[in-house]
Amino acid sequence: MSEIAIRAENVSKRYSIGAQRSLNDPMLQDAIAAVVAIPLRKLANLGRRMVGATVPDPVDTSPHTWALHDVSFEVPRGQIIGLIGPNGAGKSTLLKIISRITEPTDGRIEIHGRVGSMLEVGTGFHPELTGRENIYLSGAMLGMKKVDITRRLDEIIAFSGIEKFIDSPVKYYSSGMYVRLGFAVAAHLESEILLIDEVLAVGDVAFQRKCLAKMDDVQQHGRTVIFVSHSMPAVTRLCERAILIAGGVVQKDGPASQVASAYLLASASRSADHEWTDPSTAPGNEVIRLRRLRVRTEDGATTDAPEIHSVIGLEMVYDVLQPGLPLGPSFELSDPSDLCIFSTRDLEPAWRGIPRPAGRYVSTAWIPANFLAEGMHLVRARAICPDPLRLHFDVPNAVAFQVVDRMDGQGARGDWEGNVAGVVRPMLEWTTVLTK
Amino acid sequence: MLREGFASHSSGASAVTVIQASRGWVPLRLSDLWEYREVLYYLVWRDLKVRYRQTLLGVAWAFIQPLFGMVLFTIIFGKLVKVPSDGLPYAVFALAGLVPWNFFSTALTQSSNSLVVNSALLRKVYFPRLLLPLGRVLGCLPDLGLAFGLLLVMAWWYGLRPSPASLAWVPALVGLALLTALAAGIWLSALNVRFRDIQHLVPFLVQLWMFATPIVYPSSLLPPRWRTLYALNPMVGVVDGFRWALLGSGTPPSATMAASALGAVIILATGAFFFRRVEKSFADIV
Repeated sequence: MSEIAIRAENVSKRYSIGAQRSLNDPMLQDAIAAVVAIPLRKLANLGRRMVGATVPDPVDTSPHTWALHDVSFEVPRGQIIGLIGPNGAGKSTLLKIISRITEPTDGRIEIHGRVGSMLEVGTGFHPELTGRENIYLSGAMLGMKKVDITRRLDEIIAFSGIEKFIDSPVKYYSSGMYVRLGFAVAAHLESEILLIDEVLAVGDVAFQRKCLAKMDDVQQHGRTVIFVSHSMPAVTRLCERAILIAGGVVQKDGPASQVASAYLLASASRSADHEWTDPSTAPGNEVIRLRRLRVRTEDGATTDAPEIHSVIGLEMVYDVLQPGLPLGPSFELSDPSDLCIFSTRDLEPAWRGIPRPAGRYVSTAWIPANFLAEGMHLVRARAICPDPLRLHFDVPNAVAFQVVDRMDGQGARGDWEGNVAGVVRPMLEWTTVLTK
Repeated sequence: MLREGFASHSSGASAVTVIQASRGWVPLRLSDLWEYREVLYYLVWRDLKVRYRQTLLGVAWAFIQPLFGMVLFTIIFGKLVKVPSDGLPYAVFALAGLVPWNFFSTALTQSSNSLVVNSALLRKVYFPRLLLPLGRVLGCLPDLGLAFGLLLVMAWWYGLRPSPASLAWVPALVGLALLTALAAGIWLSALNVRFRDIQHLVPFLVQLWMFATPIVYPSSLLPPRWRTLYALNPMVGVVDGFRWALLGSGTPPSATMAASALGAVIILATGAFFFRRVEKSFADIV
């Protein structure tokens, strides 16, 4: 048995765009003209060839776009892989090619095993048919055998949670019920390779959780899954590996958490250093103006990818314009799913509750080494005057950085190379005694 | 396992599929149709389930259509214009033409639309696209069965007793009508994906085709030297065959049938290759 489930080599897909009457999208009269013209041209070329003349290559000048360009990757059997990237990046096109819905313009894909694809919820559903009838219809369209559907019918109905309405036409279903039924069918696909496009974006939270649990289940059955999603927590949670596609090109391919944070960093066009050059538009007011935020190392260098076993400094540069007020700069750190990891404020005794003279200040919060987890972190900066209470500025997601773990044994992961759970990854002191 | 186009070698878990661009003419891969027979079954099943749902008269429509045509044609062509009918009562003469014709025209119209109305499926799931026009044509068979029963009753009513030997020809005639509808449906459905002009064209085509087929008139009206050319229209063989098998009109139309079968095979074969050639672009342009 081969270890590779999918091997894609230099896959490209071109779509024609714009001009209605190009060669690729002709009107009927053009097509009829072409039917006459093409054989004539071929005949002319044949004639030229016979007298030894060179034949001009047909040049396709119609406007086009490459939805995918030279995409290559391999997916080993049993791997769950996340496909991420902005809208229009080519993710769905890639899934469509792998599931044979559309052909590549160039390149080659080799697939070992049966492919089941779930590119929409409720594939093949007919509004006039009942839920039960649609389970059969959709199941068959997705590639299930009738005997398998019958065998798992009760399971599918139970998963959908709409037993009561299973014999009513789906046109009377709410959109939520429709989605549940659609997913329930697809979740019971038994193909060795499963392609899933964005389907978790629909449905309520409880149902999403159920679907995620089902996907974990899928993984335990050793099936290969390609999963397109815009939900980075879902990708990092479900996939060991992710491929970032943008502009039809593979931008990054690696461990899911790293690729996901790289994507978020890039898509938010955030950096580890943000400077406000014009004081009048900088965050703040007549009392205080924020001038610069950055992520730094102990040596003072700006860094967007600090190492997990190094100290990380969050630096805030601000001008106090109105003297005589005590100020509390603070930071809040969150992960890409907007979960707040911690918030911290400046409690340094030298300035705590003390009215400040005007001038430029630099405050730095030091995050200890081996405290944060790997991955993307977003920084929110605030300045608060405790008395009288007033918020002077509040800049969410102003800068960002990605903690990297080079797995050199100095991090809290020790020698473990797999996924390490947790929002933070502190290096704790342990004691172990032999008691018996 | 390097082959042009989609080559699937499925044998359980170790199936290897190679996907790459196909160029020019591609093999028909009829074995794929067999592999996906359950999809075909459900496509037909869906069409049948849905066809008469939420209608008042339900399946009675399968009788009303040919009956209505028969009455109308009998009044206009039988009584007013006095079109000859090979010595048969005009009503049953017309019905014997209308039953296969209604099947053919419905099947043709439905299959020529089959890709466009199933565009959601085309864009979201893979199966051999030929199943769509094929399913539509097969889905018209039950209505033909009912209409055929009506025709038998009418023939009986007029005192015509078809022999079992000639009745045995009916499945072959139905098969010919089915292949003809499929052949034209394949051509038109594939063209319809790119040129929506087709759906406006189909009603005219059906009308024209009807007058090129001996529905309201007997083919004996044509000068003999034109008959073979005329019979290249496969529906000529079907309708003449129906009248011969059920009503006992004329001699066995073997030359007509041969020409008609040839005509059907030509349209079907060219249509199938054309369809396969353009199939790859369906999902992108539908």
